[in-house]
Amino acid sequence: MTKNKYTPGSIAWLIVKYFSVIFCSFMAILPIVSCVITSFKTSEEYQRTTVMTLPENWLNFANYLHAFQKANMGRAFFNSFLILIFVLAGSTLIGSSLAYVLNRFRFPGNSLIRNMFTFAALLPGIAMQVSVYQIMQQLGFINTLYGYIIMMMGTDVMSIYIYIQFFENLPISLDESAYLDGANYFRIYWSILLPLLKPAIMTNLILKGVGVYNEYYCANLYLQDKRNLCTVATSLYTFTGPMGNQYELICAGVIMSLLPALIIFLLFQKQIYNGVAAGAVKG
Amino acid sequence: MNSTSFWKSRRGRQTTVIIAFLLIPVGLLILFTYFPFLKMVQFSFYNMKYIGARKFVGLRNYRQIFQRDDIIRTLLLSLYYMVGSVVQVFLALYLATVFCFKVKFENLWKGFIFFPYLISGIAIGFIFKFFYTRGFVLDSVLMALGFKLDNLPYWLKDQAINNWSLVYSSVWRYLGSTMVLFLGAMMSVDNTLYEAAAIDGANKWDIFWHIILPSIKTIVTLNVILSITGSLSAFEPPYVITSGANGTATFFVVMNDIAHTSQKVGLASAMAVFLLTIIIIAKFLQDALFRFLFRNAGTDEKPQKKVRRAVLKRGV
Repeated sequence: MTKNKYTPGSIAWLIVKYFSVIFCSFMAILPIVSCVITSFKTSEEYQRTTVMTLPENWLNFANYLHAFQKANMGRAFFNSFLILIFVLAGSTLIGSSLAYVLNRFRFPGNSLIRNMFTFAALLPGIAMQVSVYQIMQQLGFINTLYGYIIMMMGTDVMSIYIYIQFFENLPISLDESAYLDGANYFRIYWSILLPLLKPAIMTNLILKGVGVYNEYYCANLYLQDKRNLCTVATSLYTFTGPMGNQYELICAGVIMSLLPALIIFLLFQKQIYNGVAAGAVKG
Repeated sequence: MNSTSFWKSRRGRQTTVIIAFLLIPVGLLILFTYFPFLKMVQFSFYNMKYIGARKFVGLRNYRQIFQRDDIIRTLLLSLYYMVGSVVQVFLALYLATVFCFKVKFENLWKGFIFFPYLISGIAIGFIFKFFYTRGFVLDSVLMALGFKLDNLPYWLKDQAINNWSLVYSSVWRYLGSTMVLFLGAMMSVDNTLYEAAAIDGANKWDIFWHIILPSIKTIVTLNVILSITGSLSAFEPPYVITSGANGTATFFVVMNDIAHTSQKVGLASAMAVFLLTIIIIAKFLQDALFRFLFRNAGTDEKPQKKVRRAVLKRGV
């Protein structure tokens, strides 16, 4: 932008700029890259070499196979997939329909309900499980996939907020003219507004999807049959205990578990950033 | 008007759709949040396990919170996390600013820094156990830089440093998402402002001070304040990496243990209610502080709305 490109100041800035981004990137990927390196080593090679020595054979997938079987990851991927499908479908419908009535209609209790969701976000989730556990027990939801799915399906203030913001930009005359044409409110929601909501749905799907895929605390608590009801996150618990120092296996398991997130990230980078910028929810 | 014609009227149809669409979300919210919340408050006055007899003990559980050293200690531990998250906010602010200017391979660097945010907590636990193990990743890097292994501490055992090690894992995980959040706010600045500044001969510092910073000062302040309350509820790093061993157990780790290992449900509930009370008080203070800080913020468009938005976005 300036005419004189290389003043001492601009060179210093150039150096500082690239040093910072490269250093931070290095620190960010170092823990992951070291896992990738280790996951390709044989256990003999792992004992003999240091962590940062590159593996002799980059195509040694033995650890992946072994970890996949040991941690029952086939089952885990299947369960996680099932959970994702139902939770995402459910929470999309629940969240968007709730936002629809909150945004489009005035009725007593409208702001009470909004406040209830806002306040709920303040309640510490982990602490709540002490009493949620009892309720899950009474409902017979412990050790069932559907119980876990129903528990996860509820919507939260963040996604309601994203939907409501989007509804605010959809003119109400849209609803009006459809109503005059004879459509009822369910139809207006389902065939007119829901399709227009796509970008907001996308944002929520990604945010919620990552959250659900990575959830391990409740999955560990409520899906106690670790053999059959494991999710990808909880299947990694296999590697605690006696296997706790076989890092060539553990690393392979960890890398497999984050592959789906990596693929989604590479495909939907922009939407993910938008979602996070719309709502950086920190644990 | 008889009842059938009400349900056919416009108002009646609205009522139908409202009720139908509220039923499930509000039902789930009550079933999994408010009902257990009330239960939790009730439990906090009892001496009880998950199964078996309960005994009403009044405020004894609450008194115990202040009498048990392991619980008192955790409140001090949260200071580490507070420092960590403040550092994280400022580092994120710095990186976001850097990315506001032209950087080659911008998406690549951003992707690297952001990706840890998408990894599950349990995987992060393994990654960092491995990272900090004696002679492994971190030690090899430091040895390559000339450090001697004998001079390096045990990152997860040495109580002088292990809490910082855990805090680092949390900064590592969330730095990218905070950066993207700030970057989003910075990008919402009208592009012509940058161009106008360049034409006026503004240098990088001017641009940062007069254009970038005003656009994000509310969200940065808010993040600093939220990191204070957030640090009280720090849970994952010690839970997944050290299981709370060697003096790394935070409030929730101790609570989790009391609830599920020793099954003192009453005491655990009292702890949860206690922490919630602190969080609510902090939230009110934060709102008040915010009104004070931005009372004259005429240039910062609609701070109140932004605050509300940002508060909604960041649960605890």
